[in-house]
Amino acid sequence: MTLEVILAQDAPITLHVGLTCAPGELLALIGPSGSGKTSVLRAIAGLLPVAKGRVTCNGALWLDTTTGIALPPQARRVGLVFQDYALMPHLTALENVALPLVGLDKSATESRARELLALVNLEGLEGRRPAALSGGQRQRVAIARALARDPAVLLLDEPFSAVDQMTRERLKRELVALRSRVKIPIVLVTHDLDEAMALADSVSIMHRGRTLQTAAPEDVRLRPESATVARLMGQSNIFRGQLVAAATAHKPGRLAFRDGILEVAATGPFKAGDAVNWLAPSEFIVLHRRGRPSQGERENPLLGSVTTLTVLGEQTSVAMRLDGPDEHILNFRLATHAARRNELAVGAEVTVSLLAAGIHVMPTEA
Amino acid sequence: MDWTAFGLSLKLALWTCGLLIPASLLLARWLAWSGARAKPLVEALLMLPLVLPPTVLGYYLLVGLAPTNVVGKLLGGIAGRPLVFTFPGILLASLIVNLPFAVQPMQRAFESIEPNLREAAWVSGLSRFDTFRRVELPLAWPGVVSALALVFAHTLGEFGVILMVGGSIPAETQTLSIAIYDRMQAFRNGEAAAMAAALLAFSFLAIAVVHLAAKRGRQARDAREVHR
Repeated sequence: MTLEVILAQDAPITLHVGLTCAPGELLALIGPSGSGKTSVLRAIAGLLPVAKGRVTCNGALWLDTTTGIALPPQARRVGLVFQDYALMPHLTALENVALPLVGLDKSATESRARELLALVNLEGLEGRRPAALSGGQRQRVAIARALARDPAVLLLDEPFSAVDQMTRERLKRELVALRSRVKIPIVLVTHDLDEAMALADSVSIMHRGRTLQTAAPEDVRLRPESATVARLMGQSNIFRGQLVAAATAHKPGRLAFRDGILEVAATGPFKAGDAVNWLAPSEFIVLHRRGRPSQGERENPLLGSVTTLTVLGEQTSVAMRLDGPDEHILNFRLATHAARRNELAVGAEVTVSLLAAGIHVMPTEA
Repeated sequence: MDWTAFGLSLKLALWTCGLLIPASLLLARWLAWSGARAKPLVEALLMLPLVLPPTVLGYYLLVGLAPTNVVGKLLGGIAGRPLVFTFPGILLASLIVNLPFAVQPMQRAFESIEPNLREAAWVSGLSRFDTFRRVELPLAWPGVVSALALVFAHTLGEFGVILMVGGSIPAETQTLSIAIYDRMQAFRNGEAAAMAAALLAFSFLAIAVVHLAAKRGRQARDAREVHR
């Protein structure tokens, strides 16, 4: 049942995409607006013609430009949930869900449509038209309609963008529950990183029409392949340096940064002398407690002063300027109570440790 | 009251609607979604009957349909007799004059349909024809109703072109509006007044009935919904 997608074209829009999604897997396509995420879904569904590409699903060939095969949307078993849901305004919820149910007699169609509406918890609203449904209810009708075709793959285009925050959380829980019931590949398009992290088994980062990296959410976040991926994943502590010594099984690697040396647990394929970009994810930055030694205090200590302090509820976001001639800003978060206890304030002198295990080394970009 | 003229007007209006609405429906749908380069030209051509004086249109139709030229001979051959000063002739004139009234409202209606609704239908497995039947047509229906009412009423009231192409032959081309003119010329003001009032009332009634039917249809659908 695996979905495999390869797309390659430069005009009218750039698309260079390679994706694989196994049955029961939820793959999140993430990237900024205009990065081509929706176009990928449309190409899979057969709504967007592409210059070169190959799409197979469950062994069925949907697109193969080398042999000139391009099945129309009607012949591809896709369930597509549009960003604005695209419900038929003149049809009731039940009629919308019944739309893809062709070849069944009237009573079988109706009972199947009722079943699908029950699956998405919409019993009792069968007779309502979209205008009389809330955003969350519309999204569920759209999902029920997408499932009505007994699809081989489910494609969701920003399915949570048109609903309020509370509804969104509930719909996400419902999606998780739904996944266990439909064992098909699910591709979710989103620009919301948290959403992707919470829901996806794997994520694929898209930028300017290209898939840059596809991996488990934690891998993409903590071990991005490039500084671009790191930035797209919301990382900000990206700096330049030079590798002095590669890490071995027994000894950490050494990284020259400004006029100091940082220890790094892993150095990947890079060798001594290589210029690199490196990333220090916020969760591997430890604030030293005033007057008392902290755990890992001797690990890569850096001095600086707080430039901004933003309380975000339980968490506080801190930006510190590293001491030294050139401008380097390190961003990290800590629990708000810890910020209070340490009397953090703008201008305060602070010392942090970068944990060697978290420092990730990447190639420099051309 | 000239019932012959009244019957003829009604017959002309029904024929015009029957032939023009289905053809214009397809044309309007094409105009709404086509990216063809010829589209602006086609649209301009379709609007011409609105801006041209009926005499100009009538003149070209009269000349064009005359049995002495190729087009007239060909069309006359199909109809079995020359088209000028006959009912098929004024029907053809009526079809051309009414094109903008038929196409415009339906084109606007098709244009107002979100493109992703059609795509959603395709992705749901509906063929292009089923998409037309179950999605596009119901959504464009108000435009079809408007077109129907406009064409029907406009045909009843059409005067200049019909007079040019059809003359004023009783029982053949003398419609109600021409009959009124005819009576006025003969100083039979009473008859003219009666027929004018009848035409006014009937035109109003026709448009009202079409709009009421459209509203009734919507209400019936809403009622069905509540029952579910």
